[in-house]
Amino acid sequence: MCLAIPGKVLEEFERGGLRMAKVQFGGIVREASLDYTPDAKVGDYVLVHVGFAISTVDAEEAERTYQLLEEMDQLTELEAPVVDEVSARKPQ
Amino acid sequence: MKYIDEYRNPRLAKSIVDEIRRIQTRPWVIMEVCGGQTHSIVKHGLDRMLPEGIELVHGPGCPVCVTPLDMIDKAHAIAARPNVIFCSFGDMLRVPGSHGDLFTLKSQGADIRVVYSPLDCLKIASANPDKQAVFFAIGFETTAPANAMLVHRAQQDGVKNVSVLVSHSLVPPAITYILQSPQNRVQGFLGPGHVCAVMGYREYEPVSERYKVPIVITGFEPLDLLHGTLMVVRQLEAGTHVTENQYSRILDREGNVPARKLVNSVFEVADRRWRGVGWIPKSGYKLRWEYREHDAEKIFEVKEIDTQEPAICISGQILKGIKKPHDCPAFGTMCTPLTPLGATMVSAEGACAAYYAYGRHLDKQKAETTAVHAPVT
Repeated sequence: MCLAIPGKVLEEFERGGLRMAKVQFGGIVREASLDYTPDAKVGDYVLVHVGFAISTVDAEEAERTYQLLEEMDQLTELEAPVVDEVSARKPQ
Repeated sequence: MKYIDEYRNPRLAKSIVDEIRRIQTRPWVIMEVCGGQTHSIVKHGLDRMLPEGIELVHGPGCPVCVTPLDMIDKAHAIAARPNVIFCSFGDMLRVPGSHGDLFTLKSQGADIRVVYSPLDCLKIASANPDKQAVFFAIGFETTAPANAMLVHRAQQDGVKNVSVLVSHSLVPPAITYILQSPQNRVQGFLGPGHVCAVMGYREYEPVSERYKVPIVITGFEPLDLLHGTLMVVRQLEAGTHVTENQYSRILDREGNVPARKLVNSVFEVADRRWRGVGWIPKSGYKLRWEYREHDAEKIFEVKEIDTQEPAICISGQILKGIKKPHDCPAFGTMCTPLTPLGATMVSAEGACAAYYAYGRHLDKQKAETTAVHAPVT
């Protein structure tokens, strides 16, 4: 029910006193109101819930979180126990 | 899709799980608050990827599930009237009330329409000036701005034949209610990311402080959920208890200020009944007096309806994280998504429905069969 999906703002227009936009989600384009995201502009990604953008995706924060996870992945690989070649070749 | 696919990377998921395993020293019980998170966790099997001893329990954050039975019965009573076009999100139509669901009522001729957005009701009302368009305004804080905009626009544009049947719930009072229970097992929370996209997370900070629980506001993709779990485990292991934000690409501490402003001008906080749980003080919204002309409960004067839930259903304990679907004797047998007995089975985001959808009722049958056929030693 609280499902909200990020989509790209393709174009803006006005209807019935509301600031509306065409928003692309993968291959689907739907209309959404931008009234709650006054700073969102064409090209931005917005998070849409039941026809309303409730947040603009912060591209820098998205990158930062992802980098954090990437770094952790690299650290985990570095910290993985190294198989001792000598003991691995130990005679049976 | 951008901002979705990259958060489903299996290699990174594994490294987060490895990190949790590395820092964990004892068992911990963590609740994901939101039904959407529950669905994602069960769908991707995230709870089964976690190291032994990290238990995820499923919270009360499914608005369809916790909409009380008497509200569904009120919806039926209003939708059955000849001069009404009853509009609802699709999820509510299958929820059984005391006299069947809204789908059945629709098949019997009632004018019930599924809408994508509450704003669709304005169009429906304008096209049908001789009828009353009633919207079933359910949801948590995430949905409140959309529902508030419907009422606000109707008032502003003088569209008199639009009204709302309000059943809005709020997350922080529910978390507090869980923490106050003497049976509480929850030691940390994955907070509801989309609720906080609207509300921010200021109001969670005193809860963390008072009950000494870490709360990490978390997104919905697999990496978000694992990352949030790691952040909670880090705090639990370090003995800290603050509210943190995993979902920083979507929200900050203040949330969406214009949305909150409109919500506060249309709604006010009120006591609410939660299906399976009961009354929780100040846990919902009702329309402000200024908008009473759009209040379906006032327009249609539906009387209080006395309802009863089946005694066997343990959904109240599941919603509080005390029990899990497999603890219920009716799960997957008497109680299925087609024949739900209570709150956690009525919507796809309920814990019982999610377990059923991804085949976990079969685990139970398998365990029982094994137990029956186990050799006596």
